[in-house]
Formats: sequence, C-alpha cells, structure tokens
Amino acid sequence: MSSAEPIIRIESVSKRFGDSVIAVDAVDLAIREGEFFALLGPSGCGKTTLLRMLAGFEVPSDGRVVIDGRDMAGVPPNRRDVNMVFQSYAVFPHMSVYDNVAYGLKVTGTPAAEIGQRVTEALALVQLEGYGPRRPDQLSGGQRQRVALARALVKKPRVLLLDEPLSALDAKLREAMQLELVRLQDAVGITFVIVTHDQDEALSMADRIAVMEGGRVRQVATPAELYESPASRFVADFIGKMNLFQGWVEDGAAGRRVVVEALSGCACPAPEGPAGREVGVALRPEKVRVSDARPDDAALAFEAVVETAAYHGSVTHLHLRTGAGTRVSATVTNASRAARLPHAGERMWVTFDSRDLVVLEA
Amino acid sequence: MRRRTPPGPLDYGRSAWMRLSLLVTFVFLYAPIATLVAFSFNDSRRNIVWRGFTWKYYEKALENDSLREAFVNSLTIALVSTAISLVLGAMAAVWLWRFRFPLRAAAEGAVTLPIVIPEICMGVAMLAFFARIGWPTGLPWPLNLGAITIAHVSFSFPFVTVVVRARLVSFNREQEEAARDLGASQWQTFRDVLLPWMRPGLLAGGLLAFTLSLDDFVITFFTSGPDTVTFPVKVYSMVRFSVTPEVNAASTALIIITLVVTSIALWLQHRTRQGTAGIE
Repeated sequence: MSSAEPIIRIESVSKRFGDSVIAVDAVDLAIREGEFFALLGPSGCGKTTLLRMLAGFEVPSDGRVVIDGRDMAGVPPNRRDVNMVFQSYAVFPHMSVYDNVAYGLKVTGTPAAEIGQRVTEALALVQLEGYGPRRPDQLSGGQRQRVALARALVKKPRVLLLDEPLSALDAKLREAMQLELVRLQDAVGITFVIVTHDQDEALSMADRIAVMEGGRVRQVATPAELYESPASRFVADFIGKMNLFQGWVEDGAAGRRVVVEALSGCACPAPEGPAGREVGVALRPEKVRVSDARPDDAALAFEAVVETAAYHGSVTHLHLRTGAGTRVSATVTNASRAARLPHAGERMWVTFDSRDLVVLEA
Repeated sequence: MRRRTPPGPLDYGRSAWMRLSLLVTFVFLYAPIATLVAFSFNDSRRNIVWRGFTWKYYEKALENDSLREAFVNSLTIALVSTAISLVLGAMAAVWLWRFRFPLRAAAEGAVTLPIVIPEICMGVAMLAFFARIGWPTGLPWPLNLGAITIAHVSFSFPFVTVVVRARLVSFNREQEEAARDLGASQWQTFRDVLLPWMRPGLLAGGLLAFTLSLDDFVITFFTSGPDTVTFPVKVYSMVRFSVTPEVNAASTALIIITLVVTSIALWLQHRTRQGTAGIE
C-alpha cells in the first residue's frame, strides 16, 4: 500500500488572490499512496483552494505540487492523472448516466470496446447497474453523486479528489455514504483526498487528517491522535467538544509539572520548556465523570452545580460550575433506561483522571 | 337572500364579464388576421364583398415572378442573417458572461442598444453608411443582398445575445471544470458542455432573428435597391395600387411559414428542456 515516495508532495505552496488575500500560506504536505486523506477546517481556511491546486484549476503563487513524482507546474487539469468529484456533482444534464461516465474515456480516445466494459464496471462499483440509460433528472441526489464518483473512477486516476462530497445529502444518507466511500477506497486502492468542514466525516473516514486554519496546516495526524492529543488550542477546540483551562508550568518539590488553579491546583506532567510559562490544559467532556456522591477512589473531586442539562438521546451534555466558579462541561452516556437523568440546579460530584488532561503549548 | 362566495384563484373564468372581455380581446387580436386569410379566398377583384371561394389568387401570387423573387430574397436574407446573428450573438453572450473587463456594463449596454434604437433611425443610418463607404451595387444574386443582410444582422444579433446571456446565468461552471478534469480540451469542453447548455437560448434567439428579418420593412426599405426587393417591401408597393386578394394570399403564406417555423422551434425547445429539467 504505502511506498517510500509519497504520491502527492506539496512543497511550501502558497496561493494569493490579488494583493491582500492569502488563501493558502506556505503549506507543506506529503500524502501517501493508497491513503484516505482529509483536509479539514472551517470555511475559508483554504482547504478547497489547496484541492483545486491539486486538480489544476488554480495555479500556486509559490511553491511546488508534485504528483506521482512529476512536477505539476504548467500542467493543465486535463493532463493530470487525478480526477475530482465536485461539490455540486456537476453531472452533465444533457447526457445519460452512461454517457456521463463514458465522457472522460471518449474525449481521450479510448477504444469503443474498452469504454463499454469500463463504464459497466464503474457503474457496478457504485451500485448503479442498469442505470445507464437514465437521465440525470430522473436520479436522486445520492444517485447523482454516485454518477459523479463513477465518472471520476472510470478514469482509474492515481488520486481521487473529493470536494465536500457529502454536504448536500441528508444526515442518514450522509452516514451511509461515509461507509460507502471507505468501502470504495478499499476496493479500488486509489488515494483519496477529501475536503470537508465536518469533523465527524473526517474522523470516521480518513486515515490521516490535516487540520487547516487561515491558510495554514495546524496539525497532520491520524483521527485518534488528533482527537486525543491535539497540538494546539485551535485543533483541540475545532475537533469535538473540549474543556479548556489555563495552566502554569511550575518547578516544585515533586518535579516539573503543570498546575491548573481553576481545578484546585490539580497537576499533570509538564512538557519540555522553561518554568513559569502559561500553557493551555484541555479535557474532553466525555472523560469527565459525574456522580451523586463523592467517589471514594478519586484523588481529585469537585462539588459542582448543574447549570444546564441538554438531553441528546444517547448522551446528555451537562454544563457544571464548581464551588470555585470554574465551568466544566461533561458528557454522560445514557447507558441504562433505569438511570436517573441529571437536571439543572442539582449538586453533583465531578472527577477525572489527570492522565486525560492534555497540555497545549499554543 | 343572495349568497356570494368569493371566487377561488382559478374561478375567475366563471364570471360572465370576465369571459366576455376575454372574447373581445381575442376578437381584437385575431379578427383582422382571420379576415385577411378569409378574403385571400374571395373570388373578387376587391376586398370588400364576399363573392365565393377560389384558389385563384394563390395561383396568381405563385405566378407573379417579382413577388416570388421577393419572397426568395426574403427567405435567403432571413436564413443567412440568422446564421450570422447566431454566431455573433452567441460569441458576444459568452464574452459578456465569461470575462471581467473594464466598462463591461457599458459594453453590455452597447451590444443591446440596437434593440431600443428606433428602426427608422437605424434605417437612415444604414442608408448613409452604405452610401458613404460606396457599397457596390449591381452585384449578381445573392451577393446583391449583402447590404440588407448586414443591416439585418446588426439589429437581430442583440436579441440572440440577450437570450443566450440569460440562459448562461444558470450554468453551473463546475460542469466545465468537470469536463476539463475528465480530460477534455478547451474546445471539447465548449462543444460538449457549454454549447448543449446554450442550445435552448440559441434556438429561441435564432427564431427571433429569423422572424425579425423575415418581416422587417423599415430598415430593409432604406437599404434595398430596385433589384433587391424583399417580400414586405414588395407587398407594400403592391398595396399602393390596390389591396387585391393576391396580397392577402401572399401574406397568408407568410403567416403559415412563420407559424410552422415557430412550432418547430418550440417543439425542439420543449424536447431539450425535458432532458434538463430539475438540474442546475
């Protein structure tokens, strides 16, 4: 699956629009062969511009894009061994499903006998057997997306680019398509690069994720690394929900450690670096434990008042305030029908494992 | 006691005065045309009293060499000027839609200006223009129709531009990118993606251009010479002597041609629209 040389190398690539707008700012990325790679970030972070530079629709202002060992400078979109699935699907409305999928083979002069076979294969791959004669206006949104997928995959590209492919689908269909895309990528073994603003989508599908913000890549990691060990406040806050506290690095009798005053001086091991500096300390809400009575086993426990309790079916999100005035959010799994649901105004005990605290430098 | 329920949205056709006004409107619109057609079959030299049915004046119109010549001239001019207008108009529309350049709004206004300029002014301007540049006269057919054809292109291509431009507004440009991404060259992308999208606009614009050219009188009158008479100009000169059923017969033929061409165009448009409904 993976080889030493990455299939896509992005070397200090920048893209400026006009004099003032920097959409992509000195990005370095290496995407491995056969990988399901996600570009994740809020809207306007430059992820789509970066994808369009891979497809050849935008030309980098600086830097180099190398795909499959070939420098892409001056190579137009129709001469790149990558294909794209567009956000609007961009299925050709005046062509049948068959003609849509066959189009990329026809314009590049593939022999007619081969076209028929490959189109049939591609339609089978996206589970649209027998849909060839239909016209796009007879298809649902999800089916049109499958046509767009088949149209790109039939070209057997080295890399498949997907621009927010699931954003126009409803929630149920979106979830099904996530699984479907992972299955497809497994089946064809092509490198997928997907752009999304939906962290759930990125976490559940991708092998690795690049989190972008303001035209820069903030962190590149596997979904689990990204979730459990975010490298910055931005990433911690952007991926999932997060409690963020202020901490100080301190040299004490017990060695160097990070102290969080808001949590009654709770401490955790400190990273490298000088003492006395300020750091962020993060804690995932689902790693906060909530109980009616003070737990015996916990070294650290705080009494807190439930300010709000939001019931979400499988879980309940609690916002609590400790005696010292610190706000903590907790996610409680509704694991049993018999369990009593916490409600606002209630006094409860909050505890957590200090190993679940994440120290953030920036 | 009289009960009055307010009419529903589709109930207005039920009230008597509404039906009456509808009838009056249709009579107003179509009675003259119906009379024209009816009297083309009238067996009389004059157009006033009905004296029985005859095909005679259709035969006469067909045998009238100068009328037939004018008719062929008109059709030739209409076909050629429509073809040129389609190319020019579509190019202008794509140019205005695709590119950003200084004074684009002004350029857009300038392109559509011939639509609002009074025809008589266009006619005089064309006459002065062709006289000034010394446009050659006495060329063999069909080259002698050049001046009229150019004049017709100049007032009908803006209609093509306006219609095609309106169609392009709803084009999803990701379709173009998709074609490029799939390996199509610029030209293939234009031919396979943009042109099919423009087709309904081209059809409607072409139809407009054709009918505008076919029945144009004012501008043609100023640009035609003695050997380049078009159908409307010929009818005008015939009417100056007397309104004979022959003129009625020729006009009826023109109406039928226009109706047939329009129906074909509408049918073609309906067919392409069916294929693209509901897709941006």
